[in-house]
Amino acid sequence: MRYVIIGNSTAATFAIEGVRSVDGEGAITVISEENRPAYGRPLISYYLYGKIPAARMNYRPASFYEENRVEVLLGARAERIDPAAKKVVLADKREIFYDKLLVATGSRPFTPPVEGLETVTEKFNFMTMDDALALEQALAPQTRALILGAGLIGLKCAEGILHRVKELTVVDLAPRVLPSILDEEGASLVQRQLENEGVKFALNDSVLRFSQNVAHLKSGKKVAFDVLVVAVGVRPNVELVRDAGGEVRRGIVVNERQQTSIPDVYAAGDNCESFDFSTKQNRVLAILPNAALQGECAGKNMAGGKAAYLGGAMFNAIGFFGSHIATAGVYEGESYVERGENTYKKLFYKDNVLKGFILINNIERAGIYTSLIRDMVPLDSVDFDVIKRAPGLMAFASKVRGEKLGTRRER
Amino acid sequence: MKVVYVNEEWCLGCHLCEYECAFANSGDTDMVRALKDREIFPRIRVEDGENDVHFAVNCRHCRDALCVKSCIAGALSKTEEGAVVIDREKCVGCFTCVAVCPYGAIMPDAEGKAAQKCALCTDNLMGEPQCVKHCPNRAIVFEDRG
Repeated sequence: MRYVIIGNSTAATFAIEGVRSVDGEGAITVISEENRPAYGRPLISYYLYGKIPAARMNYRPASFYEENRVEVLLGARAERIDPAAKKVVLADKREIFYDKLLVATGSRPFTPPVEGLETVTEKFNFMTMDDALALEQALAPQTRALILGAGLIGLKCAEGILHRVKELTVVDLAPRVLPSILDEEGASLVQRQLENEGVKFALNDSVLRFSQNVAHLKSGKKVAFDVLVVAVGVRPNVELVRDAGGEVRRGIVVNERQQTSIPDVYAAGDNCESFDFSTKQNRVLAILPNAALQGECAGKNMAGGKAAYLGGAMFNAIGFFGSHIATAGVYEGESYVERGENTYKKLFYKDNVLKGFILINNIERAGIYTSLIRDMVPLDSVDFDVIKRAPGLMAFASKVRGEKLGTRRER
Repeated sequence: MKVVYVNEEWCLGCHLCEYECAFANSGDTDMVRALKDREIFPRIRVEDGENDVHFAVNCRHCRDALCVKSCIAGALSKTEEGAVVIDREKCVGCFTCVAVCPYGAIMPDAEGKAAQKCALCTDNLMGEPQCVKHCPNRAIVFEDRG
């Protein structure tokens, strides 16, 4: 059996483990556009921040590929899938034949069409280690940096580079920071903290045009900068599957076994859609745990196992300069709120289940809330008055607790 | 594999396991020196409720552990025996694991810079789980239940 994986990040790594948990024999080939072994992608901001050296960013031990007998083609770009001949054609015209193929190509940064963007010489994305290293090279103590996008990527980049630059401004169309995961009140708390650290914001604003090193904003402001980071969003890499005739909506369409509509071709990670059980809709859930679970599921099934990925929900854990934020689910229904000087907690519940939460600087044991959402635990089966104040197992019925603490757990 | 299990009917709520855990993982050989006048950050935590209900919670070492799947750094992994362990040299303290653990059994360490969790006393010099060894009422046991 020949297993071929296009991509070499989270989904691919877990797919390798998934395949090997079922099939110790078959040949595994990984086609990796990046010229390095898999690393924790979200670590790039921690690298620039100085929290982890490059040498410790490997996602798996150095022996991983050898131990799992994986051939990794580094610096190789897949150009096309030929499903009839069951082969992947690389940009250098090499042909890699597969019996089972996983497309784990992730996503790529989206570049907005802004007038004059081509006149900016020092512009970067913030997605890969190469991006981080290139950005690092461009920074100097006198640098004025401009980041487009106050989302997860833009703000982690801001944290990573703030101490390396003289001035840092973040621009976003949205009226608040982290608009995809925070409400107004939570966002203002996070923004205030970032401002205290020295980050400047131009929110509810956008760049009308660039003229070399000046950004002309819609508000009339002008921001002079030396280095630009574009972090306005990502687009799933669906082209290989779409061009091969596979079904694609916003992301690659897969079933519960992570199979695409093309026989023997699977997809996992940020490039495909999954069932979001909190919104009851299919959408791209571009978060790392999702890629891991889908990748593992795909790997097991490619090897003849029986695994199913039944869906997930939006979930994020992030922090800046020592703060810690955890969010999950959807923000609808009734809410329970606690506020402190630097803390914020908001739980959303509806139809007898917890739908979502926002936690800022009070994330201890937050996973218990996440499990209430994931397992759709009926809130009348727990002591919600207890658990809403502090997540704990005490709020569960004694029998349920006995199972949690007295039996071997699957998950 | 052998995992730490808790029977709340036997738990007195004495919190001794927390002190033994903190001591076991302090690296010190003298309990008084290790713990006296210090805030402790044990990896096992006792919950106290109404009607004299108490129980200790530590890592369940799930077969299909969500924390391992969610770690952005690859710092969490499973040993061959099946224990979930953390490489604190790799942990960047994002605490995604804290936000996914259904048991609330993984937490920030004393400095708040990395996550910590029970490794069944395999990562200290104790040789066996000290919470189990020192539980005065055998509410905490180390057994193979599958």
